Amino acid sequence: MADKAQLQEAIKTQGEVVRKLKSEKASKEQIDEEVAKLLQLKAQLGGDEGKHVFVLKTAKGTRDYNPKQMAIREKVFNIIISCFKRHGAETIDTPVFELKETLTGKYGEDSKLIYDLKDQGGELLSLRYDLTVPFARYLAMNKITNIKRYHIAKVYRRDNPAMTRGRYREFYQCDFDIAGQYDAMIPDAECLKIVYEILNELDLGDFHIKVNDRRILDGMFAVCGVPGEKFRTICSTVDKLDKMAWEDVKKEMVNEKAPAEQNGADEAGVSVGSVAGGGRYDGLVGMFDPKGRKVPCVGVSIGIERIFSIMEQKAETSSEKVRTTETQVLVASAQKNLLEERLKLTSELWNAGIKVEVLYKKNPKLLSQLQHCEETGIPLVAILGEQELKDGVVKLRNVASREEVRLIVSQIVYNLSCILTKHFD
Amino acid sequence: VRRSSCSSVPGSSSAVWSTMADKAQLQEAIKTQGEVVRKLKSEKASKEQIDEEVAKLLQLKAQLGGDEGKHVFVLKTAKGTRDYNPKQMAIREKVFNIIISCFKRHGAETIDTPVFELKETLTGKYGEDSKLIYDLKDQGGELLSLRYDLTVPFARYLAMNKITNIKRYHIAKVYRRDNPAMTRGRYREFYQCDFDIAGQYDAMIPDAECLKIVYEILNELDLGDFHIKVNDRRILDGMFAVCGVPGEKFRTICSTVDKLDKMAWEDVKKEMVNEKGLSEDVADRIGEYVSMQGGQDLAERLLQDPKLSQNKQACAGLTDMKLLFSYLELFQVTDKVVFDLSLARGLDYYTGVIYEAILSQTIPAPAEQNGADEAGVSVGSVAGGGRYDGLVGMFDPKGRKVPCVGVSIGIERIFSIMEQKAETSSEKVRTTETQVLVASAQKNLLEERLKLTSELWNAGIKVEVLYKKNPKLLSQLQHCEETGIPLVAILGEQELKDGVVKLRNVASREEVRLIVSQIVYNLSCILTKHFD
Repeated sequence: MADKAQLQEAIKTQGEVVRKLKSEKASKEQIDEEVAKLLQLKAQLGGDEGKHVFVLKTAKGTRDYNPKQMAIREKVFNIIISCFKRHGAETIDTPVFELKETLTGKYGEDSKLIYDLKDQGGELLSLRYDLTVPFARYLAMNKITNIKRYHIAKVYRRDNPAMTRGRYREFYQCDFDIAGQYDAMIPDAECLKIVYEILNELDLGDFHIKVNDRRILDGMFAVCGVPGEKFRTICSTVDKLDKMAWEDVKKEMVNEKAPAEQNGADEAGVSVGSVAGGGRYDGLVGMFDPKGRKVPCVGVSIGIERIFSIMEQKAETSSEKVRTTETQVLVASAQKNLLEERLKLTSELWNAGIKVEVLYKKNPKLLSQLQHCEETGIPLVAILGEQELKDGVVKLRNVASREEVRLIVSQIVYNLSCILTKHFD
Repeated sequence: VRRSSCSSVPGSSSAVWSTMADKAQLQEAIKTQGEVVRKLKSEKASKEQIDEEVAKLLQLKAQLGGDEGKHVFVLKTAKGTRDYNPKQMAIREKVFNIIISCFKRHGAETIDTPVFELKETLTGKYGEDSKLIYDLKDQGGELLSLRYDLTVPFARYLAMNKITNIKRYHIAKVYRRDNPAMTRGRYREFYQCDFDIAGQYDAMIPDAECLKIVYEILNELDLGDFHIKVNDRRILDGMFAVCGVPGEKFRTICSTVDKLDKMAWEDVKKEMVNEKGLSEDVADRIGEYVSMQGGQDLAERLLQDPKLSQNKQACAGLTDMKLLFSYLELFQVTDKVVFDLSLARGLDYYTGVIYEAILSQTIPAPAEQNGADEAGVSVGSVAGGGRYDGLVGMFDPKGRKVPCVGVSIGIERIFSIMEQKAETSSEKVRTTETQVLVASAQKNLLEERLKLTSELWNAGIKVEVLYKKNPKLLSQLQHCEETGIPLVAILGEQELKDGVVKLRNVASREEVRLIVSQIVYNLSCILTKHFD
């Protein structure tokens, strides 16, 4: 990039050389020679005279998270992860891309929704599209028969995001799974207890959890006279009952005509309106194991993107501002030439573990320092002043209430810590 | 399969895997149908009947596809990538907590960006290293590439959102298709941990805060002794100028000087003279300067240097270096910071101060002596950074400059060191935070166990219970020992009649009897007093 800047300079200079020669009516040979040099320089720069027209955007279906969104995200993750930890779960992480054959199976269907990496001469790779397949690979690869794990990470799907619905091609999944042979239904019940706890703590309002069983569904289809080979397709029609009226569902079952696609599946594979989904899947890991060894699994996927959206909306409509930093104190000065004292005090407070900011200005105005506190939610400001320093004190002001106390400099860490613990924890 | 009882909807979370469940079902159906056909044939049924059933069988087999759908899996991760198991995750979490606490203590916000960017965003930013970028396959849409670092996405983010001031950290994985020397723990997918202050401010204050942050982090991580080298791009360039290095050779000489942390001066001089075409005189003059190390005193001395003092750039750099050290003095970090004229650092976009933190503990010498590690820092270093005032301007359509200074923590190196420490340590790394196991001493106490477990969960206590109706006490205690659960609440028939629960300290085997009706309160007290 420094080279490009240099090239641009050289192009400018050479352009002037050419212009000068032309205005001086120099020989055609000379002009041509210099023009050739100019074109060569421009060619080095590439296209558009190397004018860096940056398309300043993220890839389709992806987005940055700004500090406010990250603060909300952190709050949500903390609640969810605390719950997982409370239940004794461990966590793992897997690479963002897998061998393509891991995701599709050696003879599996090429899903058009999987992001492939370009064939650059090595292995064929694809971006993971869920966390379940990597989990099954991890278990089989490490010959693990028992684990209780959570995994929160982004996954990738090349579908057509309906942006108004907040669907993205890169999005978080939050999975919790219990793998292993155990006495019936105890781990299954714990999964439901976990969903219950998480949804309560997230304070998203009332919710309910529907349960059913694949064996009950299949048995029901059988006794109703559904031909065996139609179980799956009838199943997916029944699945639409949460969005379609029975009459339409029945029509589809009878007429074999699917109405305009009302694909319910959202990023978590859960239908619109849901925030979590899961179940028991005993056959998956066995498909990965070379010997077909089965590891029964039950788990749940939390629809974390939906939860983010809800929390972001709540934050927008709320009067309470979302803080993007956790700073407790700003060290400020009331007069000029107090930078040294400010930096010294700031350092002392950092060393004591207190969260402190100081403005990067030698002589900032008190007003701008106070404004910074108000804008970013810093609750306290320690104001250094010439007279106070002579007296060996520092004024500590509560930004919101404007109440002030005078703290003795030599005991400031202790005093400030007490105040923070008592009032601001 | 997974998310709905019949997820056959294309694009649903397990479309491919419901296909696999279907394949298993199909295999079953094929088996059954095969038997139907065999039976009819052995019963010598009519040709029509047999043909009908054979047709069904063939249809089923056709659905299965190739190889009768046998899934042969190569069970491995992609080259240069690895899973993190629970122990490694526990270590990783500890490291992140220390680092993030430090960033937060200094008032930093955080952002996140997508794992891939438009290819054009990354093009032209990494020079020769561009061949190391992972591209996504052209699948008909935009051309995409996996991010190569966090700095370019940062510059894009600032320009895109017209941000002029921000103090941000960003911890995320980046991707480089180089040839990982696996023995050195180099990967193609690895974490970067960046902290940057963007904005126009009074000189050297944010630069000093970056160094304070590196100092704090390395102290808290307890990795042993370390020191931080600082230099300045302007001092280097000024030095090259006064030594007689031709302008167009500044960068290439710079990268040769950069090798002084791994090569002896004689070899570095040889490279300058034989490979880069400098005269011996010029090389010797450089040699005099780059052997200098010191503090604020060195900066003052050099400002008096007859040659350097004539060079404007060098003077600007030296003046700022003095100022930096005065701030570092106030921040109480000068004991570990050294002004070292041999520090050159690889990246071209630095415009001012540069620094690198190096651990003193001996790190096994690698076979390859390629300096740039995953954090773009040379072997032995755990952090590096500097000021780069021109980068964001290259992204802004109007070329608006946003001065930046920052540091990248070599977090993969730190993981390796911590993992090694954990292996050699006697203390086991726990992968869960469970405080209590609810156990039973006799049979038929599952109901009581689950009830108590639920009560403790509701009180926020971290509890496990075995998924067995009638587990043996020994296996429950073993589970505690294996996973480091410190307490076990043992339910027993007699105790329940007495309205108590035995609480045992797994390590010491001491026991107390807690009244069931007050168990949450009592257990909480014990946990706070002894186990927090």
